[in-house]
Amino acid sequence: MTASQILPAQAAKQALEIKAATFSLPLIRLLDNALDQLALQVEEKIAQAPDLFLHTPVVIDLSGLPEDQEIGSFPELVGVLRAVGMMPIGLRGGNALQQQAAKAMELAILSETRPRAKPEQRHEEQEPPAAAIEAAAAMPSIEVGSKVIAHPVRSGQKVYTAGGDLTVIGPVNSGAELMADGNIHVYGPLRGRVFAGIKGNEQARIFCQHLHAELIAIAGQYRVSENIPSELKGARVQIFLDQETLKIERF
Amino acid sequence: MARIVVITSGKGGVGKTTTAAAVGMGLALLGHRTVVVDFDVGLRNLDLIMGCERRVVYDFINVIQGDAKLNQALIRDKRCDKLYILPASQTRDKDALTKDGVGQVLDELKRHHDYVICDSPAGIEHGAMMAMYYADDAIVVTNPEVSSVRDADRMLGILSSKSRRAETDVEPITEYLLLTRYSPERVNRGEMLSIADVQEILSLPMIGVIPESQAVLNASNAGIPVILDQQSDAGRAYQDTVSRYLGGELPMRFIDAKKGFLGRIFGGA
Repeated sequence: MTASQILPAQAAKQALEIKAATFSLPLIRLLDNALDQLALQVEEKIAQAPDLFLHTPVVIDLSGLPEDQEIGSFPELVGVLRAVGMMPIGLRGGNALQQQAAKAMELAILSETRPRAKPEQRHEEQEPPAAAIEAAAAMPSIEVGSKVIAHPVRSGQKVYTAGGDLTVIGPVNSGAELMADGNIHVYGPLRGRVFAGIKGNEQARIFCQHLHAELIAIAGQYRVSENIPSELKGARVQIFLDQETLKIERF
Repeated sequence: MARIVVITSGKGGVGKTTTAAAVGMGLALLGHRTVVVDFDVGLRNLDLIMGCERRVVYDFINVIQGDAKLNQALIRDKRCDKLYILPASQTRDKDALTKDGVGQVLDELKRHHDYVICDSPAGIEHGAMMAMYYADDAIVVTNPEVSSVRDADRMLGILSSKSRRAETDVEPITEYLLLTRYSPERVNRGEMLSIADVQEILSLPMIGVIPESQAVLNASNAGIPVILDQQSDAGRAYQDTVSRYLGGELPMRFIDAKKGFLGRIFGGA
């Protein structure tokens, strides 16, 4: 018996659809070709937040390296990242040889956001790392992974927005949890627990109209209700990180 | 089309069974064919509140397991011939409520009744999930105190995500909030949440406010649904609640503190 005989009604059913989707992935941008140094520094970063990159797809970016500079061995680089639990899925930049190696390992070759051939662009590539980090931090603001919830979030409910902002229009009740890789906005009383920048984005902020939260956290820095000054209870505030300290400010 | 209405709360002791009995009787008195189903397997109480505990032969579980026909298990109310009760089993456990079995029994009840009232057990375990799974409407019962309100909030979240309507992505369950054991005097003293507080936290329309009343306890003890006690505030508040459920617009009664003798004379606020 063939499958179509077993399931005649389902034979005509659509089995798939192809859609466009945009994902925001961490970029591992190499600034130097010394693999042993890289391994050490990656491990240091992971030690600060062990679960943050566990099973997280990442893209390797070699566009920060001078074109003539060769990394020891591309498979070795992938091995270093896999060893700490990351899942490299693609390569951005790199020379023909490196791209070939990536293809051999079934990594995708992702297009660069800007051509690197022009000399003035090249100059920009070598800007100090701090500026590059700032530029990267500005990027999530044009996220497409954002989510808007237009109903109450009730006790026991969890909402997570991967790679973007989470906006709730309505109350977030005691015992509810909001999590987002980006910012969290609540237009309604906020009585639950909120975690912004849950993957370590220290630029993430929480905005709310009436602060009664049980717990607020940005990039792992948290405060429970007991430690929120009583004069800020019920106030319209924004919450952000300043020198790794949570700041609650009226606005 | 018959409607399945679940009376639920999360927390225990807030007045679910009292409400199921009162709303069931109220709908039947207005001429609607109504059946009240007790889902509290192992801790059945509805039969006591309805005063039919001595007439239970077969129960809900017997019907699900095919040991009895539905008609053998249904008990007709002696005061109102439009009202039936399907009692829970006292000797089984809640796992005997299978999703398919409950669905089949409710489908059959819908063929012969206009309203199927499901009296949910407390908690959010299997029995409570089965009681709400097939619901079209939900009356969430809460008392004016924080733990009860939080549990109601939790239950509302479950209604909007775990019911058949949520799973099949059709129009969601219509949710109503019923505030019971409300004491205006204690609200004024700051010992209880006010109607506005509860409504603000749960952001749902209030279908009724039932005042704290000795009549409820007396009615339970006597096995007479409190809605039949026309003299009591609680009985009349339940009548209003039933009217509102059927689409009537009535102002809330019994929500202001009673004035004392001097207050009535001087008309002060």
